[in-house]
Amino acid sequence: MATHWFTLIAPRLPRNPAHRGVHTLAEEATKMYEDARAKVARFINARSSAEIVFVRNTTEALNLVVWSWGKANLKPGDEIILSEMEHHSNIVPWQLLAREVGASIKYLPFDENGKIQISDLKSQISARTKAVSLVHVSNSLGTVNPIKEMARVVHEAGALFIVDGAQSVPHSKVDVQSLGADFLAFSGHKMLAPMGIGVLYGRAELLEAMPPFLGGGDMIKTVSLSGATWNDVPYKFEAGTPNVAGAVGLAAAIDYLEGVGLSNVRAHEVKLTTYALACLQPLAGITLYGPLDPEERGGVLAFNLRGAHPHDLASVLDSEGIAVRSGHHCTMPVHARLGIAASVRASFYLYNMEDEVDRLIEGLSKAKKILQV
Amino acid sequence: MTASDLYKEEILDHYKNPRNFGEMTNPTVSYQEDNPLCGDRLFLQLIIDGGKVTDVRFKGEGCAISTASASLMTEYIKGKTLPELEKLRGEDVLEILGIANLSPARLKCALLPLEGLRHALTKYQSLTGNN
Repeated sequence: MATHWFTLIAPRLPRNPAHRGVHTLAEEATKMYEDARAKVARFINARSSAEIVFVRNTTEALNLVVWSWGKANLKPGDEIILSEMEHHSNIVPWQLLAREVGASIKYLPFDENGKIQISDLKSQISARTKAVSLVHVSNSLGTVNPIKEMARVVHEAGALFIVDGAQSVPHSKVDVQSLGADFLAFSGHKMLAPMGIGVLYGRAELLEAMPPFLGGGDMIKTVSLSGATWNDVPYKFEAGTPNVAGAVGLAAAIDYLEGVGLSNVRAHEVKLTTYALACLQPLAGITLYGPLDPEERGGVLAFNLRGAHPHDLASVLDSEGIAVRSGHHCTMPVHARLGIAASVRASFYLYNMEDEVDRLIEGLSKAKKILQV
Repeated sequence: MTASDLYKEEILDHYKNPRNFGEMTNPTVSYQEDNPLCGDRLFLQLIIDGGKVTDVRFKGEGCAISTASASLMTEYIKGKTLPELEKLRGEDVLEILGIANLSPARLKCALLPLEGLRHALTKYQSLTGNN
């Protein structure tokens, strides 16, 4: 699929731009871009294509919500609820905004099993809460949060619910309507699409009421020297030349994933995670983070080996041909709460196999020898 | 460079028993260097007397490469003059470590202590107006 995209599709696309030219090539590019948008809308069961804004990635999608919706709606004294397991991209923009508008942030803790208690959300939420923004599946703990249940609590309190779907949309069937998210952000590069394409889903009435995020071409209806009027959604939020090739790549990735079946992707990952947990748990010196029940987690396994720094472990594993991430995985508060500076994270997708887990385990025993731990 | 070459005895020894590890109460200058890649941090303290580094301590959480590099570098800089230290380059530190061909990411680990030293010396010069 990747080969097909790079050789057949990508070279045909740098024909600036979609929505601008009336010549055949421009119209073809516009159609491909809008077909991709429709595919994404169908994929997550949005009510219409107008609810799909193409962005660069999850980070940009979350920033769009923060700086457009947040800045227009948050007042001094308002509260935002996040959790301690958020990726930095769902913390830092809110911190910047809170400082600017005089709002405050509350963080839901996670327990020793890496889980957020609904009771904490219920006790923290109040009439002052204007927004709750939570990760669906944690990128470091793997925790699958009970988003549906949380959405009910958030909406009963009259707050807006933003969901970071970077680790959920690629790995399981996500239906925005049954999930109850007002906004959902995700990235193409975590679901077999190229880097540089991402999606913000937003309920149409919210998007329509929001001010623009970036100004420029495509996002306007009219411009005069004294001001401008905005284009309809989603174009109001897509200033500048769009990433048509990325959007088409994302559509191809969706076709592929739907061909395999999202439930099969999830089942495969649960099977691999079950196997990996069973292999890792008995190993001396290994500490695993996050829920231990494979059904309650995504296919990311963060761990540490006593006496070995995650960077050293990752270097040795790399020399054995095993790519793991080491560091804080853009979740420094998670690591602070766990009392560690960093961890090693193995992550699985539909292309990983059990024998790769075996190689990881062999790599770990080799690392123990080399690092003398 | 294979993993066994990288994690040779001397590196592991300096990782597990770092020299000049700890904290002083009377440093001339202190500097905290952070590695945003992994969250590692290195706290470096120097006593500078008569234009020379007469004592040095470091502490912090780091991988074997950055800790061994800090340990070996602090041994090396003790007794050196400020002009000598200003001439210290990344290649020199790698030579002291005895490792080559590091990946760009691991190079950052190896050179984190040198970055800390440079920042500490700059801070010292701005404190003393001795530019």
